[in-house]
Amino acid sequence: MIEWFTTVQVIVAAVAGVLCIVLGFAGRVPGDVSMGALALVEVLLVAQLIVTIVAPAVGNEPSGSLPEFYIYLISALILPLAGGFWALIERNKWSTVILGGVCLAIAVMVYRMGQIWFVQGA
Amino acid sequence: MSARDHSEDPTAKRRITGIGRVLVFVYGVLALAATGRSVFQIIDRFHEAPVAFTLSALAAVVYIVATIALVAPGRAWYRVAWITITFELVGVLVIGSLSLFAPATLGLHDVDPFGRDATVWSVYGMGYLFIPLVLPILGLIYLRGHKPRGAAS
Repeated sequence: MIEWFTTVQVIVAAVAGVLCIVLGFAGRVPGDVSMGALALVEVLLVAQLIVTIVAPAVGNEPSGSLPEFYIYLISALILPLAGGFWALIERNKWSTVILGGVCLAIAVMVYRMGQIWFVQGA
Repeated sequence: MSARDHSEDPTAKRRITGIGRVLVFVYGVLALAATGRSVFQIIDRFHEAPVAFTLSALAAVVYIVATIALVAPGRAWYRVAWITITFELVGVLVIGSLSLFAPATLGLHDVDPFGRDATVWSVYGMGYLFIPLVLPILGLIYLRGHKPRGAAS
């Protein structure tokens, strides 16, 4: 895990979450902006997965439990797919709010993943 | 036809509308979070705090049932939703209090809601931004306002 990348990821997910919730309560159905923000969050998670696979091989070991870390990472990877699928079926403002909820949940999960990697057991 | 009659229109098949979908979604995420964590804790370190981890798994199952009950139609599921959500509220209050004031009864080693013994209900769900404390209250308020057809008293 790369510390600055993780920090950026938490900030992006949190901003995307607030953005989608604001758009949702403003009455917007899921559109390019909200779905784009969600896609960006998902792309960063895929990048995080690649970093996680490579990191232990190059001497970047987690201080905490790697299996616990993967449970968070895989759950986080699934959430945008579920939320995005929901948003494509349900074209109303609450789906946009849900996209925001997905992003905020991911922000918390990535923060927790950072703790597992850097703090837990250190 | 009054507005109230209209809201109980038999052609309205689904009970969950509007903000209720957000509620269902948050329940789903919490179910996922609680399940993932408790499964990992039980596999990895069950012997460290068996009581706490068993409760954690129980909480996870109840969250899953509550999520399904909120979505599923009919009076029976409505009752299941009431029971499971009430159970969660009681659980988070009782276990949250125990984790703060008598952690030893749960076999917990500390009160850290982010620690390795922490469960979804520890310190009133602090490790989950207090969502486990707020959600059942919102859920019960929502259920009160959305009685299924034929169940209105």
